Amino acid sequence: MDRLLNVTTVLSVVLLVMVLISVRRAHIRVEYSVSWLLASVVMLVLSRTRPLLDAVTRLTGIPDSPLTLFLLTGSVFLIMFFRFSIIMSHLRDDNIALAQRVAILEYHIHSLRNHEA
Amino acid sequence: MLVIVPAFNEEAAIGEVVRSIHEHVAGAPVLVIDDCSSDGTIPAARGAGADVLPLPHHLGLGGCVQAGYKLAYELGFDYVIRVDGDGQHDARDIPRVFERLKTSGAEMAIGSRFVGENGSRTGVVRSLGIRFFRLVLRPILGKPVHDPTSGFVGLNRRALAVFSRSFPLEYPEIEALVVLQRKRFRFEEVPCKMRPRLAGRSSITAIKSLYYIVHVLLGVFVNVLKYERRWHRGRENPGRGPHSGAGG
Ligand SMILES: Nc1nc2c(ncn2[C@@H]2O[C@H](COP(=O)(O)OP(=O)(O)O)[C@@H](O)[C@H]2O)c(=O)[nH]1
Ligand SMILES: [Mg+2]
Repeated sequence: MDRLLNVTTVLSVVLLVMVLISVRRAHIRVEYSVSWLLASVVMLVLSRTRPLLDAVTRLTGIPDSPLTLFLLTGSVFLIMFFRFSIIMSHLRDDNIALAQRVAILEYHIHSLRNHEA
Repeated sequence: MLVIVPAFNEEAAIGEVVRSIHEHVAGAPVLVIDDCSSDGTIPAARGAGADVLPLPHHLGLGGCVQAGYKLAYELGFDYVIRVDGDGQHDARDIPRVFERLKTSGAEMAIGSRFVGENGSRTGVVRSLGIRFFRLVLRPILGKPVHDPTSGFVGLNRRALAVFSRSFPLEYPEIEALVVLQRKRFRFEEVPCKMRPRLAGRSSITAIKSLYYIVHVLLGVFVNVLKYERRWHRGRENPGRGPHSGAGG
């Protein structure tokens, strides 16, 4: 159990550092980094404070603590992925409308030019 | 009236399609919307005398068709006929679809391959899918539709206005019917012949059909939900919004 918690600690620290570096280098927008930071901090806190993890385990009735850790981080990431799908869908909609607009504007420009010529 | 032709890698067929439209629908401008084809679709279409609207990147059939609807709407056309770029629709049927559109006052006329006795051949999975969607659409539309997947449709300006704002992205035909129904628009079916493709293969393979069915079913479901919501809101607050009186 303790070794497992050490592993998840390392993982969450690695994630945390990766996110911070990416934000610094502007590879990820700040608004999208927040959920990643939150997720890695939650994972880190749960891995380092055994009483908290045990309390959650007792509260939820999950048979053992590693499973709690696994389920909690799993659901945090699932929610995040779902959020990303929503964001992507918005981007796709905007992107399609934009592409259509560009095509139509180009069409108008060409026909204006042809009128002049 | 404008004839629009969505095309994706239809270099082998598009020239003949455009020529045939010019031949049978004298004087009607033809607009080919090219969905970023990697072949010579654009020069082939231009060579045959069509106007071309090239998209900056690949959008898929719905986005491609909608670009054409938006442009037609901006150019002020009262009627638009959409035919496929693979030559499966017979340009000789266009005047009949157009005529029905004008005389019936319906917002949409569908060139339907199953009305009348000219039973055309389609794949097994495909025709099962079509039968399935006939059953699903019947109660939603309140009347039977024989060929809900037809890519041969005519629209008047009211329908054009709606589709310019809201049109499904992938496999648009069935969902478009539900979008129209949401507005309480009417459609008519006109019997038409369907020919085998002039070249290439259908983009809807047997494997894709299942994905198609799930995708379209979800799309229909979403559109019905929107319709219900609007209906309830409409009853609480009638005559709301600039487009609420657009129904036929
Ligand atoms: N814009 C666009 N058009 C497509 C795409 N795939 C097919 N089409 C066009 O849609 C029309 C019908 O396609 P087709 O594969 O023949 O479908 P089917 O006739 O229903 O079997 C043709 O005009 C094609 O060029 C696509 O990915 N994007
Ligand atoms: Mg076809």
